[in-house]
Amino acid sequence: MTVTAPAGARPRSRVAAARRRPGAWRLSDSIELAAAAASSYVLTWLIFGRLMPFTVQPAGFAICWYALFLGAYWGVARDSSGPVVARDRIMAVLISTGAGLALAPLLLVIGYVVYRGLSSLRPGFLLETMQLTGPLQPATEGGGMHSILGTIEQVGIAALISVPLGILTAVYLNEVKGPIAAPARLVASAMTALPSVVAGLFVYALLIVRLRWGFSGFAGSLALAILMLPTVTIAAEQVLRIVPGSLREAALALGGPEWRAVALVVLPTARTGLITAVILGTARIIGETAPMMLTAVGTKILNPNPFGGIQDDLPLFVYHQIRAPQDTSVDRAWAGSLVLLILVLLLFLLARAGGQGGRRSGKGTRR
Amino acid sequence: MTADTQVTDTTDAPGPAGGTLDAVGVSAWFGQRKVLEQVDIVMNSGEVTALIGPSGCGKSTFLRILNRMHELVPAATLAGSVLLDGEDVYGTALALTEVRRRIGMVFQKPNPFPAMSIADNVTAGLKLTGRRPADREALVEECLRRASLWDEVRGRLTAPAGGLSGGQQQRLCIARSLAVRPDVLLMDEPCSALDPTSTRRVEETIGELKEQVTIVIVTHNMQQAQRVSQRCAFFLAEEDSPGRVVEQGPTEQVFQHPEDPRTADYVNGRFG
Repeated sequence: MTVTAPAGARPRSRVAAARRRPGAWRLSDSIELAAAAASSYVLTWLIFGRLMPFTVQPAGFAICWYALFLGAYWGVARDSSGPVVARDRIMAVLISTGAGLALAPLLLVIGYVVYRGLSSLRPGFLLETMQLTGPLQPATEGGGMHSILGTIEQVGIAALISVPLGILTAVYLNEVKGPIAAPARLVASAMTALPSVVAGLFVYALLIVRLRWGFSGFAGSLALAILMLPTVTIAAEQVLRIVPGSLREAALALGGPEWRAVALVVLPTARTGLITAVILGTARIIGETAPMMLTAVGTKILNPNPFGGIQDDLPLFVYHQIRAPQDTSVDRAWAGSLVLLILVLLLFLLARAGGQGGRRSGKGTRR
Repeated sequence: MTADTQVTDTTDAPGPAGGTLDAVGVSAWFGQRKVLEQVDIVMNSGEVTALIGPSGCGKSTFLRILNRMHELVPAATLAGSVLLDGEDVYGTALALTEVRRRIGMVFQKPNPFPAMSIADNVTAGLKLTGRRPADREALVEECLRRASLWDEVRGRLTAPAGGLSGGQQQRLCIARSLAVRPDVLLMDEPCSALDPTSTRRVEETIGELKEQVTIVIVTHNMQQAQRVSQRCAFFLAEEDSPGRVVEQGPTEQVFQHPEDPRTADYVNGRFG
């Protein structure tokens, strides 16, 4: 831009100015932060370790340290960059603290499960069952292969039932907008809060007792499907709702019937979101224990057939092992919990990869 | 797709291009509110008909009545009839989907399908109507050429359509509409979201297409109406009354020698 400077204006410097990124975090900022943290720690220690005639709990010490740190950091930042920046920094610290506190329980839970689980998890856990393992044998004996297989089968069948049903229901609620859409949405929303044990009781009372199906993994799958269906439906409906109406109009204006507009335009556009809906639904059911106690019951031996006889799964495995009096069983329960966590993680990665991969192939010309 | 049928007609020969649309006594309501009253317009093949008028005068509603998009709005009703080559599009002889296939539409905002590639967008209409092109690549090239987009995208037909600029997206939407071989193409302010260069490209495209399809265009731009159209209809909705056609006729006459003083005021930019 060539701007003619008005007469009498300050002569402009012709030297190229140094490149910078406004608001970027610099080394000196880190030093200020570290110095404020260190000095406030020392001051806190001085107060409670030397000056005061009493000591405090670690929590009190931390709170005092934090308060002093805020003051010290504000002073340092104000001296170096001015009050505007200082206020900015203090707010950033407060917000980061809040985020950290919110994240802490999650990290603690995962961290503790990984810590306890890793100590007794070994490859054999994935390949052995509890059939020949007695109560006094060490945690390195036996394994949860029967439970892992049961979880995969039961959750898989539940997903096979509830994912198509859930997405079709979402299509009905948001695309067809049929006469019972409003009550159907209400029921689906209410059912997301259905206590899982009630779903288990329903299957137990109706199918297992009344219709004499007997206990089976499949009965458990049905209970899980009842729980998964509303979650998938509501999440999928939210996703379909954000597909722009202009795309539906474009599809209809080309002369497509509504079902093709939904199948070829709306659902592919919402693909990634629909995969998230399926993950949410799966996450809802994969750790369910109560309905499985009433339907699949749980066992120590391998039963690969989900349609006949009692079957184990990981939540039941954890439940039965952790209730045992021996420490070795408790260790096995933690290993089972870790495997369950890893299974969820794998499922999540797989679904994400599926979403990305599908999108990539969608870009190519298919013939 | 099990219901796919092969497209057998090879409509490459430039036969009797386009269809004639004849709107007879069209009125429209949204709920209790009447927005259009007794509109009679004949839109001839081989011509571009421009619908002009201030905002809220019912131009877009009229356009959407022509290909039965009006009824997508709940509580929308209408009276009168629309004849496509003598056949009532609201009659029982023509299926709703067939009407929309024969009377294509380009919207105000470019709306390519984001989950599809450029080439897939062009052929989307065929998939949506359950047909398979005899020669897909030839069809994609032909439609993109007719929409003056081919030279810009020929090297990236498999790229996602969302990566195109606004003007290119709009021309892609035109190509997509052409792929189902419509008799009529309705355009609802197709250039309002575009920059001057893209607008010029789209206008050139309209000029080239008018020999092949009947074009009806809604525009707020007086110069554009003068540049692209042969016939012109001026809509006006006076206070608390539904929109009516105040004046219609050859574009030149409407702009140079308007009969109604309100038309003269509008085309000379004194209101609206």
